[in-house]
Amino acid sequence: MGRELLAGWGRTAPTAADVCRPASDADAVAALAGAPARGAVARGLGRSYGDAAQNAGGTVISTARLEGLTWVDEAAGVVRAAGGASLAGVMALLSPHGRALCVVPGTRHVTVGGAVAADVHGKNHPADGSFARHVVELTLATPGGLRHLTPAGNPDLFWATAGGMGLTGVVVDATLSTMAVETEAVRVVSRRAGDLDEVMAAMDAEAGRHRYAVAWLDGLAKGRATGRGVVGWGDHAGAGDLPPAWQAEPSRRSVAVPPWLAGLRVPGPAVAALNQVRYHRSRAADTTTVEPLDRFLFPLDAVDGWNRLYGPAGFVQYQFVVPFAAGDVVRTALERLRDAGCPPFLAVLKRMGAADPGPLSFPMPGWTLALDFPTATAGLAGVLDALDEVVAGAGGRVYLAKDARLRPELVGAMYPAVDRWREVQRDVDPAGVLTSDLGRRLGLVRPRAGAG
Amino acid sequence: MNDAHGSPQTVVVFGGSSEIALAVLSRLAARRTRTVVLAGRNPAALEAAAGALREAGVTSVEAVVFEALETDGHAALVDDIFDRHGDVDLVLMAFGELGDQATLEDNPPAAARLARVNYVASVSIGLAVAARLRAQGHGNLVALSSVAAERPRRSNFVYGSSKAGMDAFFRGLGDALRGSGARVVVVRPGFVRTRMTAGMAEAPFATTPEAVADGVVRALETGAETVWVPPRLRWVMTVLRHLPAPLFRKLGDG
Repeated sequence: MGRELLAGWGRTAPTAADVCRPASDADAVAALAGAPARGAVARGLGRSYGDAAQNAGGTVISTARLEGLTWVDEAAGVVRAAGGASLAGVMALLSPHGRALCVVPGTRHVTVGGAVAADVHGKNHPADGSFARHVVELTLATPGGLRHLTPAGNPDLFWATAGGMGLTGVVVDATLSTMAVETEAVRVVSRRAGDLDEVMAAMDAEAGRHRYAVAWLDGLAKGRATGRGVVGWGDHAGAGDLPPAWQAEPSRRSVAVPPWLAGLRVPGPAVAALNQVRYHRSRAADTTTVEPLDRFLFPLDAVDGWNRLYGPAGFVQYQFVVPFAAGDVVRTALERLRDAGCPPFLAVLKRMGAADPGPLSFPMPGWTLALDFPTATAGLAGVLDALDEVVAGAGGRVYLAKDARLRPELVGAMYPAVDRWREVQRDVDPAGVLTSDLGRRLGLVRPRAGAG
Repeated sequence: MNDAHGSPQTVVVFGGSSEIALAVLSRLAARRTRTVVLAGRNPAALEAAAGALREAGVTSVEAVVFEALETDGHAALVDDIFDRHGDVDLVLMAFGELGDQATLEDNPPAAARLARVNYVASVSIGLAVAARLRAQGHGNLVALSSVAAERPRRSNFVYGSSKAGMDAFFRGLGDALRGSGARVVVVRPGFVRTRMTAGMAEAPFATTPEAVADGVVRALETGAETVWVPPRLRWVMTVLRHLPAPLFRKLGDG
């Protein structure tokens, strides 16, 4: 065990912790039992954008050695994955059997444990819900020992863990139901839309007709073009959808950000130019293509280490959801950011469907907008603080797995069931072992006495 | 905890009634800061500062008596503050004396005393704070140095030399803390119009406590290690540092 400087994917606010790497469920329990005064939290592949998987001055329990995948019921497509297994690994097991994960986020380089703890969602949230909806059973290492949880048998702790950002324990394995797919391809229909109203109207009109839907917005477009973008809808392709020349090609090799570029910061005008190209390359009429599943689901995985393109100060991702009735908040956000001179480098808009019961689970029915910014953008801190108020006032919330800067006063407004979550959390961790930088910053957990 | 923009929730200030410190705190209070400890020599001045902070939205303000010359007690004082407040996200080193150069030149004990306040006390407080930041695995230490630390001038070299010592100390401490999660920011303002400088002839590039505070908050956002206020002093001093001595003397005090 040694002290390491850890940050999230956004590379902001790094802190140092003693990292241990248990190789078994029992070791994970022992790591919690032996945690120092400043507590412990699990860390998977470090893809939470903010400070969820770091614990300054305490212990961070890496799940890297908690590996392993086994079929529970091959015919029914039920698989058990260790908490440290990556979704990429699970998909590689499933794919030869004609099956796929029901819910994946924008990258496959997250662990199963992290996917549960953040209750991640994908471009198919209205159709399939979030990750935990497909978890049949999970094993949680808690300060009091191993707990086997099912949604029906232990609803309180199960749903406090789904979205609980690791603060109820270490997910050492999860049993997942999966879906059958005929091919490894997605049939994609896309078209560009000239402004935000057009984007949202198109997504509304097609709601429920496709499994996947996502809009990329040109965050740097100004004036009447504010919020213009390209909307894409996807469905798993049947064998008959594939063009004759189609081959189930292996995943495209990813490109790495070269080290000499990693220290620099890609300038705004370059991003604006790329956005222009991306927008104008798309057609105004429906265009249908067939794409490999992984390219469609994981566009960000094409470039390894893309987070380093934002330079040493890193980047902030701001993702919120607001009810459909408050969809105008999407426009308010884009306009305020533009007026403050803080246009997002990347903007992604999706619709969300019914929420799962997790008190800290992010998804709820409505529009979700995810925005990326260089951290050091002058004025960004203030404008995001103001947007928090707008989002909370509209009955919305920000996504804790992306968060690195929310102020604690607003957690209760955004997550009204947080006090119920705290009760369950204290039951499973009465001594206050489980903590993280995010937990301290947002006041989700009480620091232990003498834990200064 | 500090957030992605370096905004702290709990702040400790040594030199708690400093105008620059209060300007920094009023900006931080508008963001995340809810707990502040003001350590200083003058209880009445600290109480006045505490009142202003409470009005600015800081929910917990504590005044602690701190005597810079009593270095033997510094580690215990720092430990007591950290023990009672848990995570300390930002420590602001804002104490110091300017003195009057002519008077100090005729009074060696007074000059030595000023050097002990500005430099020696910075060393003992700085080391004690660094140990606690290292243990908690995070936190920023902001040290208010001065442009006078960069090259000694005839007109204020007693003060300037004490700041040069503390400036060098904190830059070295920042290097020592690399990888620990803690970070040091050294701030070098030019002539700042405050109570401390009231009635003095202004030097070129004079600035205000508000401008210094903006520079500090910006450094917390960007991760800068050295801050000059106004920023163009960085380039001015880069030139002055290399001027031949006769020319520098002429410019400085001519």
